Order: sequence, then C-alpha cells, then structure tokens
Amino acid sequence: MNDIRLLEMVERYLQGELSEEEKILFQELRRTHPDVDQLVVEHHFFINQMERFEQDKQYRSSLEDAHNKLVAEGKIKKFGGNKLIYLWNRSRKTIAVAASIAGITALIISGMITSLTPKTDKAQIENLGRKIDILEKNQNHTRRELTDVKNKIEIPGIPAKFGGTGFLIDAKGYLVTNAHVVSKAEKVTVQSKSGVELSAVTIFSDDSLDIAILKIGDSLYKPLNALPYTINKKSVVDLAEPIFTLGYPREEIVYGEGYLSAKTGFNGDSLTCQISISANPGNSGGPVINKDGEIIGILSTRQTSAEGVVFAIKSKNIYKALDELKKDSANLHIKLPSTSTIKNIGRTQQVKKIEECVFMVKGY
Amino acid sequence: MNSNLKEQELIKGLSVNDKNAIEAIYKDNYGIIQSLILNNNGTEDDAKDIFQEALIVLYEKAKSGVFELNCQVKTYLYSVSKRLWLKRLQKNSRYELQSNGLEETVYVEEDLGAHEKRNNELGMMEHAMANVGEPCKSLLEAYYIHKQNMQEIAEAFGYTNSDNAKNQKYKCLIRLRKLFFAQYKNGNK
Repeated sequence: MNDIRLLEMVERYLQGELSEEEKILFQELRRTHPDVDQLVVEHHFFINQMERFEQDKQYRSSLEDAHNKLVAEGKIKKFGGNKLIYLWNRSRKTIAVAASIAGITALIISGMITSLTPKTDKAQIENLGRKIDILEKNQNHTRRELTDVKNKIEIPGIPAKFGGTGFLIDAKGYLVTNAHVVSKAEKVTVQSKSGVELSAVTIFSDDSLDIAILKIGDSLYKPLNALPYTINKKSVVDLAEPIFTLGYPREEIVYGEGYLSAKTGFNGDSLTCQISISANPGNSGGPVINKDGEIIGILSTRQTSAEGVVFAIKSKNIYKALDELKKDSANLHIKLPSTSTIKNIGRTQQVKKIEECVFMVKGY
Repeated sequence: MNSNLKEQELIKGLSVNDKNAIEAIYKDNYGIIQSLILNNNGTEDDAKDIFQEALIVLYEKAKSGVFELNCQVKTYLYSVSKRLWLKRLQKNSRYELQSNGLEETVYVEEDLGAHEKRNNELGMMEHAMANVGEPCKSLLEAYYIHKQNMQEIAEAFGYTNSDNAKNQKYKCLIRLRKLFFAQYKNGNK
C-alpha cells in the first residue's frame, strides 16, 4: 500500500500535479531519501520508455500503411524497376545449382588429373610467407648491397624480405619452418619472443615437403633445458580436434585457435591436412598444437579462393625430413622431444611454455 | 538550397509521424534500397524490412532533435540500410556485399549502435507488456497511452469508482515496472 502511495506521489510530481506545498515537502523527501530520488529518476525513464514504445509501434504501422498505399498506387514498383534483374535473382539459385554441378564435374576431372600428376595448383593456394618487400631481388644494385651486408656480420635495421614463424624441435637450437619462408633468402635470422635477433643457417630444405630445418648459430642463444611439447609421429589426425597455433603475422607473437577440418589437404594431398583457423601471412611455419601439447602439424598455406581454409603439413613429415637430413650428414644429432610437460595444464600456462620455443623467422 | 529546405521539412514531418512526409520519403528512397537488397541475395520482404528499419533509425535521430543534415536523406538511408543488411548477411554467414561502388555512404555506426540499444529496450518493454496480463495491459494503455482519465477508465473497465481504478492501475504499474526492470538490470550488467 505504501509503495502505491509513493509511486502515485512520484507520478504526480513528474506530471506537475502537486500543489506548491506538496511539492516543497516532496522535494525535501527526495533530498533526504536517496531511494526516493532514485525512484523519481527511474520512473521518469520508465514513463519515457512506455511512450517511446507506443510511438515506435505507431510509427511502424505508419510505415506499413505508407508501403501498402504506395504499392497499391503503383508508385513503388514491386520488382525494383528492372524485370531482368528480378528474374536473374529469382533464377539465381537454379543457375547456381547448375553452375555447381558443372563445377563439381570440373573438379572431379581436375581431381583425376591431379591425382595422376600429384602437383599442387600453385595458382589457387597462396604461401603464407610474409613477403615484406616486393622488390625483386635480382636487381644488381640490391644484390650488391646485400652482399655488402652479408659480409659485415649483422646490421640490424634492414627490412627483412621474407618472414614467417618457426619452432624449436631440439633445445640445442634446431628449428622447423616452411621451406618457402627461407628458400629465397640469402641470410636467415630468427627472433625470439623477447625480441633478440639471432643468426641462423638453413641446414635442410625440401620444397616438396615444404619443410626447412634451421640451426641457430649464434652465441647469444641460450639453449633451453627441454622442450615442453612432443611432436606427433602418427599419420592419422582426428577430425574436429581442437588446435591452436602461435606465430608472427606481425611483430608480436599472436595466438590463434581453430579445429581440424579435414584429414587431407588441398586436392586430397595426404601430406597435409586442412584446418580452420584464422591465419595470415607470417603464420607460415608456425606449430599446430593439440590440447595435449603435441605438435601435430606445421601451418603452411591457405586457399585463396576460400576464407578460413588453411593447410598444415602433418608432423610426421618432420620425422621424414630429419631422416633425409641424417642421410646426408651422419654425425648430426638432433633429438626430437619425447615427453610433453604441458599435457594437463591450462591453455594459458601451455602457451607461456610454448612461446619460448616459437621464433619469428626472417629472410634477407 | 531549395531541396535542402525541403528535406528539412520532410525530416521534421517524419519526427512527428506525419503521413505525407513518410510517404514522400518512402516513395523517393524505396527503389534504391530495394535494388540494393535484391541484388544481394535478399527478397522483397527483406527489402521492406531493412528499409523500414532504416527509416526508424532516421526517425529516432530526427526525434532526438540533434539531427543535422550533413548529407542527403537518400545517402543516410542508403548507408544505414547497407550496414543493416551486411549485419544480417553476416549473421547468416555470408560476407560480401556487392554494390556498384557509385553510391556515396556516410558513417552511421554510432547511430546504429544507439538504435540497437533502443531496440533492445523496446523489446524489454514489449516483453513486459506481453507478460503483465489482462486487465493490466489494457488498463495501463488506457491511462498512459490513450491518456484517458481515471473516471473514464473506471467506467470502461467496470470499477465502482475512480479511486478503485486508480489503485488497480498502480498495482498494475508496479508489476509492469518489476517485469521491465528485471530485464533491464540484467541486460545492463
């Protein structure tokens, strides 16, 4: 009952119906009781909302009336004025179906062709290597400069020509990245999360696997005790498996999440798998990690004709690459990490550990 | 100059729900929005929806009194419609919007943000009104919207006197407020 009297008072106050005497009393009440003051403000807002609600309703019905009237009078045309466009739009779905049938047939044929000649259609996929400078390197002038630079040990500040991401596979300073990140570079450096730039050499590069192995040959490099993750050797991957990646699409390390969307890569390529993640040039060569902290792939390419379609090289290919490498240099000891120390910890903790092992790769 | 004045008049008319102004603006602008929507996977109903929503944004802006005409009504409506349609396409996970690129657009993000907030609040009021039940709904509408006095209301609703009707009205009002603010406070946390 009291509530009602108070509300009535507030309402009459807002509508200016209080007598002078009542008004003075009420203002005093409002001044001394914050909750009454609050109620006044609140109720004012509420009444406004009710009015607005009604106005909106009326306005919408006016719009509806206007629409119907104008249609009836023929003042707005039903089909946007252009029958042809309308017909095109109406039949668009049918055309799309026909076109996709044609498309699928074409795909099947091209799929058959590519299965006979297993070569990726480079035009449709784009390397994720960050091409920082588009100037062609073969200009003599640049080349001279580069050789000059190479002779001096290191001059920071020259813009890198190619960039990507790499991650450690052996704490002694061996990294994996994409071959396309370093293939055109005359000099390679890697930069840690803390921004220290270390020189590195490419000791192995295979364009068909798109894997390169780098060795950090810099005295500034302090080897870690052990790597936190393992590298998955199995060739099977599970659909829908949640994955994450770390990389350097810009000067800072960037975390991304996604899932495994297909067991094979572009045109059924079995060396790779398809993942759904937002990746940008510069993510190339970054690790694809599952929830247990196992590396299951290396991020490599994305399909230019589709959004969010990214391909990753399956991690077993790292073993393949190492076998190849060992054939050539027998006394090389690279030991891939065997135990994961981040299996059952939270994502942020996992990332903290992994961050230390992910580097920006720069090619000059 | 002349056309500018005319537009000012139209907007003024729009803000007071003037039928002629609404029709004039409707007639002059519907076509371009309709073709925008039809050319981008929309239907005629979509076109009507989007166009009317854009008109509501314009109406709210006109009513707030701060509307300065720094662009043509046509440009404004086109910009708003384009954003609204893009939003809806994104909701259905289709992204690109084709337009011939010739139409001028202006920055409307802020207006749309305010519009969304208002729409949200109106939705809360609608929900509260729908749940307050009868005779409360009619009673409140009679008083607050149709501005009937208590005597009229008492007669129409069969209360013995206007005091009884008033009491009932306040009881209903308290319920409606409760329903509304329960959502409002939730929505603004």
